Amino acid sequence: MAKQSETAIPRPTWARWAGEYGGLIGALVALIVIFSLRTEHFLSHTNFLAIANQIPSILLVAVGMTCVLIIAEIDLSVGSVLGLCGAVVGVAMTQWDWSLPMAVTAGLLAGVICGLFNGLVSLAWRLPSFIVTLGMLEMARGGAHALTRSQTQYIGSSIEGIAGATFLGLSLPFWLAMGAVVVAQLVLTRTVFGRYMIAIGTNQEAVRLSGIDPRPVKLAVFVASGLLVALAAIIDTSRFQSANPNAGVGFELQAIAAAVIGGTSLMGGRGSLVSTFFGVLIIAVLNAGLSAEGARDEMKRLVTGAVIVLAVIFDQYRHRASGVQRSA
Amino acid sequence: MDFGAVRVLHGVDLELNRGQIHALIGENGAGKSTLSRILAGFLTPTGGMMFLNGAPYNPRRKRDAEQHGVHMVLQELNLIGTLSVAENLFLEDLPNIGGWVRRQELKRMATAALARVGLNDLDPWTPVSKLGIGQKQLVGIAAGLARQCSLLILDEPTAPLTAPEIERLFVQLNQLKKEGTAILYISHRLEEIRRLADCITILRDGRRVGTWPVSELSMDDIIRNMVGRDLTDLPQRNTYSPGNVALKVEGLTRGTAVQGVSFEVRAGEIVGMAGLVGSGRTETLRAIFGADQPEAGHVYLHGSLKPAKIESPADAVQQGLALLTEDRKEQGLLLPLPIQHNMTLASLGRIARHGWLQPVWEDAPTQKWLKALQVRCRNAAQPVNELSGGNQQKVVLARWLMRDCHVLMFDEPTRGIDIGARFEIYQWLQQLAAQGKALLVVSSDLRELMMLADRILVMSAGRIAGEFVRGQWTEDVLMSAALSGYLNTDTTRQ
Repeated sequence: MAKQSETAIPRPTWARWAGEYGGLIGALVALIVIFSLRTEHFLSHTNFLAIANQIPSILLVAVGMTCVLIIAEIDLSVGSVLGLCGAVVGVAMTQWDWSLPMAVTAGLLAGVICGLFNGLVSLAWRLPSFIVTLGMLEMARGGAHALTRSQTQYIGSSIEGIAGATFLGLSLPFWLAMGAVVVAQLVLTRTVFGRYMIAIGTNQEAVRLSGIDPRPVKLAVFVASGLLVALAAIIDTSRFQSANPNAGVGFELQAIAAAVIGGTSLMGGRGSLVSTFFGVLIIAVLNAGLSAEGARDEMKRLVTGAVIVLAVIFDQYRHRASGVQRSA
Repeated sequence: MDFGAVRVLHGVDLELNRGQIHALIGENGAGKSTLSRILAGFLTPTGGMMFLNGAPYNPRRKRDAEQHGVHMVLQELNLIGTLSVAENLFLEDLPNIGGWVRRQELKRMATAALARVGLNDLDPWTPVSKLGIGQKQLVGIAAGLARQCSLLILDEPTAPLTAPEIERLFVQLNQLKKEGTAILYISHRLEEIRRLADCITILRDGRRVGTWPVSELSMDDIIRNMVGRDLTDLPQRNTYSPGNVALKVEGLTRGTAVQGVSFEVRAGEIVGMAGLVGSGRTETLRAIFGADQPEAGHVYLHGSLKPAKIESPADAVQQGLALLTEDRKEQGLLLPLPIQHNMTLASLGRIARHGWLQPVWEDAPTQKWLKALQVRCRNAAQPVNELSGGNQQKVVLARWLMRDCHVLMFDEPTRGIDIGARFEIYQWLQQLAAQGKALLVVSSDLRELMMLADRILVMSAGRIAGEFVRGQWTEDVLMSAALSGYLNTDTTRQ
């Protein structure tokens, strides 16, 4: 292979990887060390297994959210759509006596339809996605309650298999979520589609005037977010063997928090799925650690909120130091 | 006055007298707006002194200037659309009692102010967003008239006005003049100036050419003084042999900005497009490119007899068109992203295989154009916002050259670019024409066009006001054509 030109983009080195993810990994390790020292049972196989079983659904939602944030949009409907998709699966199995594959397909379809609605409406009428997805937040939650008549649908062991299956000691949902992270990261960094996502989030008008229609890209990202939310809903339904119409309340904020801790810009054009994965882990470890310390719920929320703000401040400094200005 | 990296004004002296209407004219970029903005406190000068009524005058802000009785009516109106006409008129000094607006008093003041510009029928509580552009301009002027000012600055006030509105405005300005107000009147409508003004100051390249009583200058004198400069410092374009018609535009129309524009550009030809700011040049390019939809007219490409179907920039690029926008930062570049991503943006479909994109594949084309255009940078990973204006422009140019378009449209390709990089870009434009590409270049710099172009189209008030081939043009002729659409106030657009 020919020698690389002096002005070519240097290939990623370990040093650059460390620069990219070092801060997040450091913060994660620090949290684990602190909680391990302060509590007796934190550093244990069971505890980490519990965390690994908890994160898949929020991780899937956060992957979708990160993609939406990168194109400079937002999806506030994820929590409600999760409730709706779960309700569809639950009602299909308990009341309509559908088979598991049929019910799962219907659940996934519900997520895709919600994503299509969000994307199409905001593109067709040029509405801010904040407003459209806020409307969807209400509509999907209303739909979930209407379908279930506000009753939790107990499905039983017939759906248990999805969340119960394990591979190399970790659950199927965990591997599924990890797969979503890897695939989305590859799409973002190694495909034309991903490059368009970043470009649109940076300057949509420049992209349009370069002869690229931004609308199909944006629509696909909204649909992907809906689909990932539906996957998360199926995992949760399987894990609890029931569909609760209130499932996913507040997920939109947790997902945004994870993305932001990972350094995704709310202004668009910047983000990474691997970083979002660390963001999810940090929140999960923080929660588990505070629980182990016996902290009450209100204290956990206080600390988590403070960590989000600190993470963003830290990220600002990191980017200023590396000379990259924010695309405001 | 230094402005950005470019010095805009060079030691300009100006004396304005009470009870006088003083016209300020000059080409685009001559420094008219900068000078008036300094007077009105929007900008602070880097050198020099100002005196108002004999006392030193150093406004730090717009508010300072207004307290000294200096008020400016801006060309791009600074009215707030959601507020009412009355509130906009007196926004800085709303009549109030302890913060509560006295609505009756406000209405009385507003009605009086509006009557002065002939807007007697306008309800002062109408939101400004409901007004037409001409009415907005009148409201802006009314706000200026309503204040006790010793100096009123008007920047191109008549552009959106109809003939009767202009007449009414002139009556009011003459009234103010009688009351002893000094008026600085910026316009490129020479006939209006000759009717209204007492004296004229001409600016050129940020320097004052001179000040004359209006009666001493003929129209020809004015034009000569606006453009007169030596042309020896730029190389002349070599002879050319144009090929087939590559771009043909017929009857292109969009609103009042573009009205029935028709022309052709041949392969291997550089066609310049001259005109004043607002004459519809940018709008014409955008309509051809599908960035805005034209209301009428057709575009024919590569000699085809069938009109090209261009409904979006994507369609245009697909058919070999390229547009380098006037505003690099807002409409061209992805500022925080690496040079490489900016350059390959329009060509990713060709670089990628089945949508899959290995960053290594982008290296070869990027390096080729970095070298060819001599972009000065650390490496291809450097964010473009760290580059100088000239190098940024080269990055945008590389985006289109990589895409291999056949018809390239450039909107002010050398704006804000230092002279060195300018010559490199000129050389590139000539080279592209030699390769058989068709080039359409919009520029406000007549010298630039006269050096570069094989033909020059002059736009004025939304129409093609003249077409000149090399050898037929002089700066005076081009400037006359550019002004021609604005000469007769009867044909003013509303």
